[in-house]
Amino acid sequence: MGKTLYQKVWDDHVVGRLDNGQYQVFMALHLIHEVTSPQAFGMLRDKKLSVAYPKRTFATVDHIIPTTSQARPFEDDMAEQMIQVLADATGEHGIEFFAPETGAQGIVHVVGPELGLTQPGMTICCGDSHTSTHGAFGTIALGIGTSQVRDVLASQTLAMDPLKVRRIRVEGKLGTGVTAKDVILHIIRVLGVNGGVGYAYEYAGAAIDAMTMEERMTVCNMSIEGGARCGYINPDETTFDFLRGRERVPQGDAFEIAVEKWRGYASDPDADYDDDVLIEAADIKPTVTWGITPGQAISIEEATPSRGDDELIGDALRYMQLEPNTPIKGTRIDVAFIGSCTNGRLSDFQAVAEKIKGKQVASNVRAIAVPGSEKVDKAARELGLHEVFEAAGFEWRKPGCSMCLAMNPDKLVGDEVCASSSNRNFIGRQGSSTGRTILMSPIMVAAAAIEGQVADAREVFEL
Amino acid sequence: MSGTAITKVDGTAVYVKGNDIDTDRIIPARFLKCVTFDELGPSLFYDERFDADGQSKGHVLDDPKHKGASILISDANFGCGSSREHAPQAIQKFGFKAVIAESFAEIFHGNCTTLGIPCVMMQKADRTRLGELIAADPEADVVIDVENLKVICANTIFDVTMKESAREAFLAATYDPLDTLLAQRRGIDETAKRLGYA
Repeated sequence: MGKTLYQKVWDDHVVGRLDNGQYQVFMALHLIHEVTSPQAFGMLRDKKLSVAYPKRTFATVDHIIPTTSQARPFEDDMAEQMIQVLADATGEHGIEFFAPETGAQGIVHVVGPELGLTQPGMTICCGDSHTSTHGAFGTIALGIGTSQVRDVLASQTLAMDPLKVRRIRVEGKLGTGVTAKDVILHIIRVLGVNGGVGYAYEYAGAAIDAMTMEERMTVCNMSIEGGARCGYINPDETTFDFLRGRERVPQGDAFEIAVEKWRGYASDPDADYDDDVLIEAADIKPTVTWGITPGQAISIEEATPSRGDDELIGDALRYMQLEPNTPIKGTRIDVAFIGSCTNGRLSDFQAVAEKIKGKQVASNVRAIAVPGSEKVDKAARELGLHEVFEAAGFEWRKPGCSMCLAMNPDKLVGDEVCASSSNRNFIGRQGSSTGRTILMSPIMVAAAAIEGQVADAREVFEL
Repeated sequence: MSGTAITKVDGTAVYVKGNDIDTDRIIPARFLKCVTFDELGPSLFYDERFDADGQSKGHVLDDPKHKGASILISDANFGCGSSREHAPQAIQKFGFKAVIAESFAEIFHGNCTTLGIPCVMMQKADRTRLGELIAADPEADVVIDVENLKVICANTIFDVTMKESAREAFLAATYDPLDTLLAQRRGIDETAKRLGYA
């Protein structure tokens, strides 16, 4: 019997079994940021511990960073204090810090892959649930809490229970205007927001194989929204082509040797899965959320559900101020946000720029585009994308998490409705306790921005 | 040893109803602007408890009848979403020592365990019954027997489940795993060398 990638990577990195039945697992790569990690350094100090493998941890700042001016000190005193604590701690412990305006800063899940820090066969962790993004490269990539950040700093290991593996095959070819974001929203809709608890998701099938690395990252990113702590895609030529020549991967012959090793991590054809799910690509339409969890999603062609007996549906409709049994298309929006670790990469902005050229954001909409990293920003500017966005009425901002979780000044006001390319439509997620979020792909956000209401990108852009 | 063994938790309980209660609701992101966890208690469920002007919305956590409760009860997929340890930290600092729910999101569950907050799974019908007992007598003592996987309230005994590795860790006082992990320094270094990470 063959093994899954999950089993191979796990077996490689296990240090030993613990008395309570868990395993101690070595972490190949640890990424930290300013919100969930500084406290961990305080915990180390209290215990008089040092960082065991400082060269295997990398830091950046993303959650609290303003996207207008990033000059220090930040206007927000606490934000300034948070970045300073991180800068001091990484300096003290010899950890590399991708600070603002170094050219390498960005959202932690954009930075790791673009530098080539994220490599197939690794175990990766970060105090952020969207660490699952890195699974796109064939890694076990896990979101962890701050005490676990401490554990990794001190020991480079975690105490873990093994996961089961569910393969999700998306077979066939995606329709025109159907993106990776629609694929993952559809999967979560089908399997539920807690369907993945206890599982690692392996995404496979022709539609996944055909995706670029940036599209695969979008899919893996939202594994956690389906309850799966990690999701991955087997490494293939697309993976290796993406990594070749990146700053932190082996160069020249050493790269080709690494590729052979990486190739070996892919799941064996006769691997055994704990569960296997088949999704037909043809069934996936441009998908948007209507409620307060990422699983409360429908295609753009559908209507909101009826209230029925499910309290959660009634609560969600009430919060969203939506009527039951009403088409989602035509729902008025106030804000359009393109960015985040889900959809803040160069290809996301390229796809939108192609379509919005010569079009205008509706007068009732405040539209912002936030690149995922300084490298994405630079590449986009070199292509003139920022000018296309600005000409259409978007603000082109500096990199950060921005309005995905609104820890910086980018927030919804009151009960504004935001068409958002981010990953969570939770109550209050975008910075206002009554703010409303409708998740969708970047091109669907662009379509909504132009129409001033939720729209079908296939119609707006004549795809 | 990371602390003392947790074999049982007892105290009064309060039921915060709802499936899929995410960690943004447990503690909104703006309260994550801090460099220590010390002050998080009062921010627990803030936007559910207070309006934009800071006036109480009459949330069950602010009901004087439930003041001082040490067991939090909720429904399915509790703690989903963001990995922020601020959520269980706020729960603990508010005064809760354990959570009973239908099910838990994984990262949240792990964070709770490390902090010594048992996450106990109880079926819906039993939670409804437990909720009725608490409503009838908010002062009723609820006992979580971690060792024998029972919850006892007003002479009623409920069967519950826990993740076995967590239960073992509570009983053995190893729920904070750091000392256990550090004890394997040689194994860690060997693994790093074997994988070319050293």
